[in-house]
Order: sequence, then structure tokens, then C-alpha cells
Amino acid sequence: MADHILSWMTFFPVIGAIVITFIPKGNKEIVKTVAAAAAAVPLILAVRLFIDFDRALDGFQFVEHFEWIKSFNIEYHMGVDGLSVPMVLLTAFLSFICIIASWKIEKATKGYFALFLLLEAGMMGVFCALDFFLFYVFWEVMLLPMYFLIGIWGGPRKEYAAIKFFLYTLAGSVLMLLAMIALYLFTTDPATGQTGTFNMLHMFDQANHTGILTLDNVRFALWMGLFIGFAIKVPIFPFHTWLPDAHVEAPTAVSVILAGVLLKMGTYGILRISYPMLPDQAKAFMIPMAILGAINILYGAFCALAQTDMKKLVAYSSVSHMGYVLLGMSSMTEAGINGAVFQMFNHGTITAMMFLCVGVIYDRAHHREINGFGGLGLQMPLYTTVTSFALFAAIGLPGLSGFVSEAMVFMGAFPVHQTITIISAVGIIIGAAYVLWMLQRVFLGTRNEKYDDIADINSREMFTLVPIGLVVLFLGIYPMPVLNLMKVSLNSLIAVINVAG
Amino acid sequence: MFVNITIPSWSDFAHFVPEAIMFGAFLLALMGDVIVRGRKPVVPFLISLLGASAALYYSFASPPIGDAGVLGGLVMIDGFAGFFRIVFSFVAVVTILFSWSSEEIMGKGREHKGEYYALIALMTGGMMVMAEARDLVMLFMSMELVALTSYVMAGYMRNSLRSTEASLKYVIFGAVSSGIMLFGMSLLFGMTGQMTFVGIRDALVANPVNELSMLVVLIMIMAGFGYKIAMVPFHFWCPDVYEGAPTPVSAFFSVGPKAAGFALMIRFFFTVFQSIVELIDWPLMIAILSAVTMTYGNIVAVKQTNVKRLLAYSSIAHVGYLLMGFLLLTPGGLQAILFYLLVYAVMNLGAFMFVSAINNSIKSEELSDYAGLGFRAPWAAVMMFIFLVSLVGLPPTAGFIGKLYLFTEVMREGWYWLAIVGVLNSVVGLFYYMQIARAMFFEKVPEDAPAIKIAPLHYVTMALLALPTLILGLYWSEFKVLADQAIAGFSAF
Repeated sequence: MADHILSWMTFFPVIGAIVITFIPKGNKEIVKTVAAAAAAVPLILAVRLFIDFDRALDGFQFVEHFEWIKSFNIEYHMGVDGLSVPMVLLTAFLSFICIIASWKIEKATKGYFALFLLLEAGMMGVFCALDFFLFYVFWEVMLLPMYFLIGIWGGPRKEYAAIKFFLYTLAGSVLMLLAMIALYLFTTDPATGQTGTFNMLHMFDQANHTGILTLDNVRFALWMGLFIGFAIKVPIFPFHTWLPDAHVEAPTAVSVILAGVLLKMGTYGILRISYPMLPDQAKAFMIPMAILGAINILYGAFCALAQTDMKKLVAYSSVSHMGYVLLGMSSMTEAGINGAVFQMFNHGTITAMMFLCVGVIYDRAHHREINGFGGLGLQMPLYTTVTSFALFAAIGLPGLSGFVSEAMVFMGAFPVHQTITIISAVGIIIGAAYVLWMLQRVFLGTRNEKYDDIADINSREMFTLVPIGLVVLFLGIYPMPVLNLMKVSLNSLIAVINVAG
Repeated sequence: MFVNITIPSWSDFAHFVPEAIMFGAFLLALMGDVIVRGRKPVVPFLISLLGASAALYYSFASPPIGDAGVLGGLVMIDGFAGFFRIVFSFVAVVTILFSWSSEEIMGKGREHKGEYYALIALMTGGMMVMAEARDLVMLFMSMELVALTSYVMAGYMRNSLRSTEASLKYVIFGAVSSGIMLFGMSLLFGMTGQMTFVGIRDALVANPVNELSMLVVLIMIMAGFGYKIAMVPFHFWCPDVYEGAPTPVSAFFSVGPKAAGFALMIRFFFTVFQSIVELIDWPLMIAILSAVTMTYGNIVAVKQTNVKRLLAYSSIAHVGYLLMGFLLLTPGGLQAILFYLLVYAVMNLGAFMFVSAINNSIKSEELSDYAGLGFRAPWAAVMMFIFLVSLVGLPPTAGFIGKLYLFTEVMREGWYWLAIVGVLNSVVGLFYYMQIARAMFFEKVPEDAPAIKIAPLHYVTMALLALPTLILGLYWSEFKVLADQAIAGFSAF
């Protein structure tokens, strides 16, 4: 497994999914165990990847490169650098946690876990692919299991949410498809000297761009095509309306994956594809991107403030927190971009905790109305402790990981976009407001006697929350293990953009 | 001034093996039906199945070499025609197999079951000739052979009002449009005095005709082809016929004659009208028609509640996608069309076959009756889902690869607006195809839902179509080569 570590990480869940399909009906425990095992293998490999990854090296590591479709110059090309390793770790980690968190799924168990594993494979593939065609295939393949996971196991408005998610994402990705075709047609393959290659590394090299790829307005159109495709995934205002619906209707574990990993694919795409392929356009788009980031921060925060449904509140807080990522990315400074990628990782872990916490209470009370609770701190002391921890992490309390990345984003963005950064900083205060207000209404105040007999958080749920909590705490005190991973790769990305600008 | 008619020699018929097999199967099946009488038409079924299989095998094993104009130049046996032989005989094999377990064809109250199989054989032979014709007479003869056969097949369920209505509509539309086309052809003959495509082209190059009369000819001939492939605005028959005809027949119509129409249209336009591109910008006309066709088909499909009608509009939309490759006037565009036709044949047949297999149990094609099919017939529903995903054009299915080639060629030639219209249409397509998936997987199984029993033969044929739909999405080199070689051997280039 050590040779093709990325392929194993991507396709082992697929093997698990196939095995699950052939388990006879009724063996729910076996299905869950197989699923957990199939998700554990990528996690173990991810630890291995974390240890073996050479932090000092610029460029891609663990590369696998094979010919696939020769006539179309499509290759099976996988590899990771400092940008993708944190995302791969996050995916493997959260997928395993989510399988455990889904232990209570009773409806069509086989289908659920098989689709979940396929989803993991798709996400992993997106973060590892270095061939644009391969990237696109993974990007789209992931939609199908997600559509079913929301549509079959979701809440009351699941059908609406599922198709809305699907339509929005596809509308974005078809624009990306056209941009990909244009890049394919007019990029020279240095090996043959002819145009037509899907190899991202060739597309990164501006010297390989020919024909219309050298025209400014075409580059702008390509940038916009790619940007809208990725923006819908992030989601960036005004493309965000699918997100509250999908998050609210999806089952807990799927919400975790949606917020924890899927949203990161949008910003990952911008950093992996748009920035290095069109660095001049990236530079020119700095200010609009910063403004969009500020809008996301403030708009998301204000919307969260207005929510009475806990899950919707967490969903809008994701919109707000992804705004920090955008702000950091738009700065093109070392602190800003490193902070943005670190924020992607931290938001993945923190928001996962929040969704899991909401899931815990929903499983017991069967509703998520903030005003329907009160004084839960007396009834569920342990749960209150864990949830408060997650919520404080979301505010960005010093000592927890969210603080480090947000501080880096602001430090990086301030020298470049002073006014926008100052306005964005207001988002932190609103963020504290909606989180604390929710904390107050749910856990403090007069207790709701209806829930006097409610059971506190159980050990399985603790098992899903504690590991994430430890990561959040550890990275809050000592963030270097993750920062060291990405530093070299991200700095060379910044250099590429600054040269082009 | 008339063409030189050389007397065809016997050796010419060596080029016609698959066609001879199909026409022979037709005659034998008819005779067998009369001689051996039984409850089930075993003999015609076996004869046409064996005939189509033999034609498929022969077309694969010995593709035409070079380009031979045979029968005094009436037909052209080249790689292009060879490719379509494979497509048609494959479609015929699948349809024949599938019909055997279909209640609509073999159920109670059906008459002339034997003739049904004979007619499929006849039509397949006719379609093969369509892909080979390169003379106005042969063009019209082959088109009418296919058309007349399809009128009969559409009205196969004689005691069903819908089926007879479908047949009548088909006849009326067919008669009008082929009349218009014939008129256009007579004008063309009048202008050039030539019957062969090549002859007409040479005459047009030597003595240019004025723009207006050429435009009239072009539009009239386009009407005939447009009807055959169901291009807007000549598509009105399509939803009614597909809905009314027995489902296996609709499946056959939606891929067979459509592909044959494309084959003939490509040969005619690329030989005759390519010479007048300077005079009339017909690629732009086709581009507009293509955009209108796909948009119309997709938008109207959104509103459908009958799955067969929905698939009919979807097939109109797919004609729009195919036309994108047609107007580029490049070998790459044609390769993309041919590959897409291959993919389309597999996935669209599959989708219709599922409708037919389900119809055996629930006697309905209404979307509301599909509720919970994913739990009532999981394997079949999963296969249907694969076909639907492929029809949308999402990876990892063949439909995505087909679209990718089409869009790549469209972009390569700089038709950016058309590419944008095309991809946005895919998004609309997603919505209505997923309506079927939604009904099957997201809705609860109704209390009084009839049990679904799917015939083993249906499972086999659907799997036979679902597997290539998936595999071609991951590895397709060999099949693309097939399409590329067909175009390499295409005489118009």
C-alpha cells in the first residue's frame, strides 16, 4: 500500500462500498463494521502520509502517473502538495468520524453506508487529482451519492434540498467544464510540442499557453467560468442559497461532510486551479474577492443571528467562516494565504463538532428550535460542556485553533485591504453575538421541564466529538504541525502570482 | 445529360452481406410465420434474432475496405456505412431480444406477432441502406422503406387507440415532409441534371446557382431530414408517436431511424451542400436550429408527467446536441457525432427498455406510478439510474464522454455561444431526468402498489446496456477508434 498510497486512500472506500452491496439484507451490524473498516484504512494511510510528507520540498509528492486515454491525452495523475495534504487529512478524519456518527441510521442501512463510502472516494480524489479531467470526474462523481444521501435520508424538505444542491453545483461545474476544454485545447504538452493536454502541471506553466489563452478577455472569461464553478461550492454570496437548505435537510453526518469537506473543495479549487493557471487574473481579482469575502463574513453572520433553528444557524455560520478563507486568499500575502488554508482545515473540524452537537440534541428532542430549550446545562451537563467548547472554538477563542487561523487571515489581509479588513472584523463581534445568544437560550436560563428526563451525551457520541476537540485544542496551542505542512507549497504559489502581477 | 447507368454485376452483391442477411431474414421470418403456427412466434423471432446477430458479427468482423461505389454508384460502401451497420444491427438485436418478454408486444390480444419480428429485420436492412445511399433515388427509396415500416410498427397495437393514433400521425407527418423533400430534390435535379450526390456537387461547383433558389432547395430538403431525426420545428410527431407506440418500438425508433437519418443527412450535406457554404451560411442556420432544438426539447420535457413522453422530448434535446457536431464541417465534429450516436443508442435504448420492463407489471408509464421503484425493483432501478445519469451527461458514464467530445469540437472551432447554450441545457436536463430518480428513490412505496416482476430476459438485456454505459465512461479508446476510422474512410473528405 505504501507505493500507491493516494490511490489506496481514494479507492479503498469504493472496495468497501462494493463489499457492502453484496452483504445480504438484515446484517446491519456487519454493514456498519465493514463501512468503519473501509473508512479506517484511509485514515491510517493519512497518518502515514502526514508522517512521510517531506515538508521542505516544493512540488508534488507521492505522485502516481499513468497513461489512461492516449488519444485524448488523459492521464491518471495523482499527487499531493502542501495545499492538498491538510485537505486529505481532513477528509479521511471526518469521513471516519461520520461513519461512527451514523451508527443509528436504520433506513436502508446498506445503501447509506455504500453511498457514504463512494462520497469519501470522490472527495479524496478531488484533493489528489493532478489531471484536470480526473479532477472533474471526481468532482462530479461526488454529486451523485450526495444527492441520494440528502434525498433519501434527509428531513421533511429533502427532495427540494437535494435537487437544489444538485442543480446549483452542476450549473457551476458545466462552466468549469467549458473552461477546462478551453485550457485543454490551447495548452501545449511539452513532451510532444502539440496542444491538447489535461495535465495540470502543464497548465500551470504560462509558457505552455497558446492561442486564445494568451488573450486577456479570454483569460478573464475563463477565470470567471472557473470562479463561478468554485464559488457555488464555497458558497460565495450570491450563490449560497442552496447551502442552508441542504444543510438543514441532510442527516447529521452528511451535514458534517457538506460543511467540513465539500465547501473546502470550492476554495481548494480556486487555489489549486484558478490561481496558478491564471495568476494575472487572480491578481486583478484581488479586490472583488476581498469584497466578496467581507460580504460572506457579514451577511452570513447577520443571517445566523436571525435563525431560530440551530442547524440553520450553524449553516449560516459556515457561510461567514468561509468568508475569512476568501479574505485571506485575496490578500496574496504569506500570512493571508497560509491563514486561509489553515482556516479551511479548522473550519472543517470546528463546524463538524457543531453539527455533531446539534445532531445529538436532535436525536433526543426531535427538533432543533433554539427557543424550545432552556437550562439544558442542568439536564445535560456533559453535553453542555462539549457544545460550549465547540461554540467557543467557532467564535475564535484564543487557545483554540480557529483563533490562530482567523488572526493570520486578518494579519495577512490588513496591509493589503485595510478598509475591507476593518469592516470584516465586525463579523467577529456578530459571530460572538449569535453564538453566545444561542448558548444562553439553549443551555442557560429557565429550564424547560419537558426535558428533565433527557439522557446526556453517550459514549459513542463522545467518541466522535472528543478526537475532533483534541485536534482543535492542540492546534490552538501549537499550530505548527499543520502550518509546516503547507508553508513551502503556498509560498511558491504566492511567488507565482506576484511575478505575474 | 443523364447519369451513366452501369449495369450492376453480381459481384456487387458481395458488398451487401449484412443487408442481404437482414432482407433474407425478413422474407424467411414471414414465410416461417405462415408455415409454423404456434402460440408464440418462435420461428420469426429466432430467424430475425439470428439474422441481426449474424449481421452484427459480419459488420464487426469484416468492415468495408476502402470506398466502393457499387450498383452503378447508387450506394457507397465505406467505413462510414460500416460503422452504422454495427449500430443498427446492435440496436436490432437488443430490440428483438427485449420484445420477446414484453407484454405490449407478446401479451394477450396482440395479432401478427410473427410479422413484428420480420418488420424489425426489414427496417434494419432499410436503415443500413440509408447510411449507404448516395443518389437521390436511393435516398428516397431507403427513407420511404424505413418510414413505411415504422408506420406499421407504430400502429402494432391495433386495438389500442393511442397506438393507432400514433401511427396515423406518423403517416400524415411523414407523407407531408417526404413530399416537401421530394419537391426539393426535384428542384435540385432540375438545376443540375444529376442524380448522384457527387454529380450534383460537381454541377453546382461548375455552374453556380443563384442564392434564393438554392435556399429554397436547402430548406425543403432540411424539412425531410428534420422530420426523420425529429429536429425542431419538424418534431411534432415525435412525442405522440413515442408515447402511443409499444415501448420496445419507441425504443427502436428513438435510436435506429434517428441514427439512420443522421447518417444520410451527413452524407448528403457533406457531399452536396458543403460546396455552397460560401453562398449560404447554412452551418449558422443549423447552429440556431441546434440551440432551439435542445432548448425546446429540454424545457418541454420538464413539464412531462408521462415517462415515455419525457424520454421523447429528451430525445429531441439530444438531436440538438448531435447537430452541434454536424455544423462544424470538420472530421472531428463527425467523429464526435458518431461516437455520441453509439453512446446514445446504448443509453437511450436502456432507458426505454426499463420503461417497457416496468410496464409489464404496472401497465403504466406515468411518473406517479414509479413511486418507490427503487425499493420495489432495486437492481432495475439502479440500472435505470445509470442510464439517466448518462443521459444527463455526468461522469463516470458514457454520456459524459460523448458530450465531452462534442463540446471539445465545438470549442475547437470557436462556436463558444453554442457551447454555452449546450452546457446550460445539460443543467435543465438534470432536473427532469432526476424527476424519474426522485420518484423511484425518494418517494415512499404506495400501499396498493403492484408487485414488480421483471422478466429474466429483461434483466439480461438491461445489464447488456448498463455495463457499456458505465465502462465506456471509464475506458472508451477502442470505441472512439471505431468512430474515427469510420470518418477516416468517409468519402466526403
